[in-house]
Amino acid sequence: MIDVTETQKTTTDTTATAAAPSARGLLPLPLATARALLLAGGIATSASAYMAWTWTDEFPGDLTVNGYPGGLQWLTFVAGILTALFTLSSYGVRGLGWLLPAKNNAPVVLAALGGFATTWFAVIAITVELGGVVNLEPGGWIAAVASLIPVLGALALPEPLGDDLKDNLKKYVAKPDRFPAPKAIAPWVERAIITIVTIIGLAVFTYGIDTEYGELFVGYLILVTFSLWALHTAGMLDTFSRIVAHNRSFTLAMGFAAAIAFPFTQTDDHYANIGVNILIFGTVALGLNIVVGLAGLLDLGYVAFLGVGAYTAALVSGSEFSRFSGVQFPFWASALTGAAASLVFGVLIGAPTLRLRGDYLAIVTLGFGEIFRIAVNNMDGDSGPDITNGPNGIPSIPDLSFFGFNLGESHDIAGFTLGRFANYYLLMVLIMAIVVLVYTRAADSRIGRSWIAIREDETAATAMGINGFRVKLIAFALGAALAGLAGTVSAHVTYSVVPTPYQFAGSTPPNSAFLLAAVVLGGMGTVAGPLLGAALLYLLPEKLNFLQDKSLLAFGIALVLLMRFRPEGIIANRRQQLEFHETGQLDVPEQATLTDEPAVTKAGA
Amino acid sequence: MRFGGLTAVRSVDFTVNSGEIVGLIGPNGAGKTTFFNCLTGLYVPTEGTVSYKGTVLPPKPHLVTKAGIARTFQNIRLFANMTVLENVLVGRHTRTKEGLWSALLRGPGFKKAEKASEERAMELLEFVGLAHKRDHLARNLPYGEQRKLEIARALASDPGLLLLDEPTAGMNPQETRATEELVFAIRDQGIAVLLIEHDMRFVFNLSDRVAVLVQGEKLVEGTAEVVQADERVVAAYLGEPFEGAPGEEEAAEVAEAEAAKAETGPAKTSVTKTEDEAPADAPAEEESTTSTKGEAQ
Ligand SMILES: Nc1ncnc2c1ncn2[C@@H]1O[C@H](COP(=O)(O)OP(=O)(O)OP(=O)(O)O)[C@@H](O)[C@H]1O
Ligand SMILES: [Mg+2]
Repeated sequence: MIDVTETQKTTTDTTATAAAPSARGLLPLPLATARALLLAGGIATSASAYMAWTWTDEFPGDLTVNGYPGGLQWLTFVAGILTALFTLSSYGVRGLGWLLPAKNNAPVVLAALGGFATTWFAVIAITVELGGVVNLEPGGWIAAVASLIPVLGALALPEPLGDDLKDNLKKYVAKPDRFPAPKAIAPWVERAIITIVTIIGLAVFTYGIDTEYGELFVGYLILVTFSLWALHTAGMLDTFSRIVAHNRSFTLAMGFAAAIAFPFTQTDDHYANIGVNILIFGTVALGLNIVVGLAGLLDLGYVAFLGVGAYTAALVSGSEFSRFSGVQFPFWASALTGAAASLVFGVLIGAPTLRLRGDYLAIVTLGFGEIFRIAVNNMDGDSGPDITNGPNGIPSIPDLSFFGFNLGESHDIAGFTLGRFANYYLLMVLIMAIVVLVYTRAADSRIGRSWIAIREDETAATAMGINGFRVKLIAFALGAALAGLAGTVSAHVTYSVVPTPYQFAGSTPPNSAFLLAAVVLGGMGTVAGPLLGAALLYLLPEKLNFLQDKSLLAFGIALVLLMRFRPEGIIANRRQQLEFHETGQLDVPEQATLTDEPAVTKAGA
Repeated sequence: MRFGGLTAVRSVDFTVNSGEIVGLIGPNGAGKTTFFNCLTGLYVPTEGTVSYKGTVLPPKPHLVTKAGIARTFQNIRLFANMTVLENVLVGRHTRTKEGLWSALLRGPGFKKAEKASEERAMELLEFVGLAHKRDHLARNLPYGEQRKLEIARALASDPGLLLLDEPTAGMNPQETRATEELVFAIRDQGIAVLLIEHDMRFVFNLSDRVAVLVQGEKLVEGTAEVVQADERVVAAYLGEPFEGAPGEEEAAEVAEAEAAKAETGPAKTSVTKTEDEAPADAPAEEESTTSTKGEAQ
């Protein structure tokens, strides 16, 4: 008996170090050869980006030039460099040790796969779009082969393999359970790291927004996904979130600095337009996150509050088509009015519905959301009171102006030209800052804790003295007010308000399904999650023309994949980051609602 | 309390005085948990009222807690994805009042209140011995510690009466003994404790008074000796006259053994109205009287 347990121990030990004789590669090559393949392949991949891949510039991005990478070739170039860097680090090259703290294979493997996927995507896209492999120049063939080499090398890396191929493949991309304890970093170094990461992040994000054609955007997404995955398995993301946790306010400040810097990097106001839309939808999604992520109330009609804010702002904007065309509030007043109107609607809708739980609430909010749109559609003077102009909406909403600074015009600031959308973008950054502040402060307080408690177990929460209805109503009303606030800006950005966008699901963004998907995809209960989710979901159909009328299908697929592989969303919240306390205990009782079921669980039996 | 045709708890009059530990026992399905749910407002009793310190409580859980009655659950209901500390902080809810505005403005008053809450919460975690786990997620605690955390969370509302629903269920003997100490320590703080248990040794050790609930009706109430001597209790656990009331083995053994020893005690005949048999000199200023009455089917 004792012998058996001891052998088991030794086997687990060997799995941990991955250097024991039992470890072998999926391809039978010596370790030295595998690494050489990785390094050489990585460099060759990068080099191949300098060649001409095709003969015609019909394929977007002009990949016909020898001696300079263009378009998709840049992505291949970056992926090759990344593979080479990770490989060098695995050789133990000085100064690169930090790339692979756990000395695991997964980051190298994923970098190699990333290079392979981006390059082959490009090559296949060329072949398909131009109609045949004849359109590939030798450079294209070389790139395809060069990017395959590191993958072969990667699969020859030693891992403690078993018999099951699927398990074996999983081992190659698995994140190790344990990392060597990270060294303490001086505070200024931490800040320097945050600054650098912010700059890189801004650069990567800007590159994504500025991609001019769908192929490049897809390649970009492939590369970013594999790179982040590689960094994740290398433990880099964990290290970074730990650093962020030490410097919360600094990170927040850097984040906003980056957000403000964005329009200054843009020469085309079209991209600032994308930026401002992302901010509007991100901000609204963050408001929804209070309701869904913190309080756990599934609100399927949330977009109505954005609509209330937008309509209110339009009515008091001084537009000649407004019912109150003589009235023109200054922006601060119309923003407050919009938020207040939304808040009132939030309370009116919340008061009767929040006594319901779970699915019932979802259905009722869905209904109210639709009622808003239909009501607005009918308040045209014919079928209802004349307030909203019905389906025509309220057009020609004048631009905002602050102290003579007209947001509708281009301005030159310090050598940079800020167009109309860039101006609104900066205004939205301010609004987003307010919403982020409200969110973080509310979440980390007595009221925020009671929201989370309600979400976790409403029965227990009420038994702890929380007035469930009241607390839920506050969450609902606050979320509504924040959406209304964002709505006031969106009315001015889009020149006009019409009823159609404020629906449950549609192919263009502000609809409840979009907002909800942004929250879930990004990560419920986090600040960055909904912003990232909104950015992704907005950019995908924007960049990929073929998706535009199928964006709902794409959402669906994205969400299904997400629920399967990363149910906590792209950005896991603080609670899930406490995973390292995980004991893997399975016998935690299930949380049944007391009022719905008789207490049949006999804990003592 | 009735669920459709089933009368789960009927005409149970019950008084708990301050500084007292009262045990509530009964076979599975006797209605003990239902009784607790009626007390704490989770169920609205079909008939009857709950009064605490002389005032009748509305059947709203949060108002009951605010009035000073806190509880734990038979099947642990922690806030699984909150940390240990946060769980206890939620328990402080009724004793703090910072609303949304003060959270957004973060004035000095807010910070002071947050700090005070945290200190009190840490004190309680210290008290139940979980201080070192403050940042762990509740769902990752071992079973026994989850039960302790539930007690700490309940204590955070500074209750005058604590209702414990099977606090030792699933615990090993050592943990049970530790829980015993804990309950005594709680009592010593002047908090009245009403606890449901199936572990007879535990109940009889701990309780000043024990009440037996069988099929929703109070059978006997009195000191350990009185209850152990009652033949109907034995019968209820062994399942002679009441068919389908599964007796817990250990309980039956204990009750049987005790019954064999003792002479037949002065059994109470009235079931519907039971005066409390505890020393009547207990200070009556803090007491919780409850009576949930239902009609016979
Ligand atoms: N919500 C409900 N709906 C319908 N019946 C219920 C409900 N809650 C409890 N009951 C029934 O009431 C009876 C008493 O249940 P209760 O949970 O109070 O028993 P208990 O004394 O706590 O038992 P145990 O010792 O097993 O915990 C049972 O028959 C149960 O099925
Ligand atoms: Mg019970």
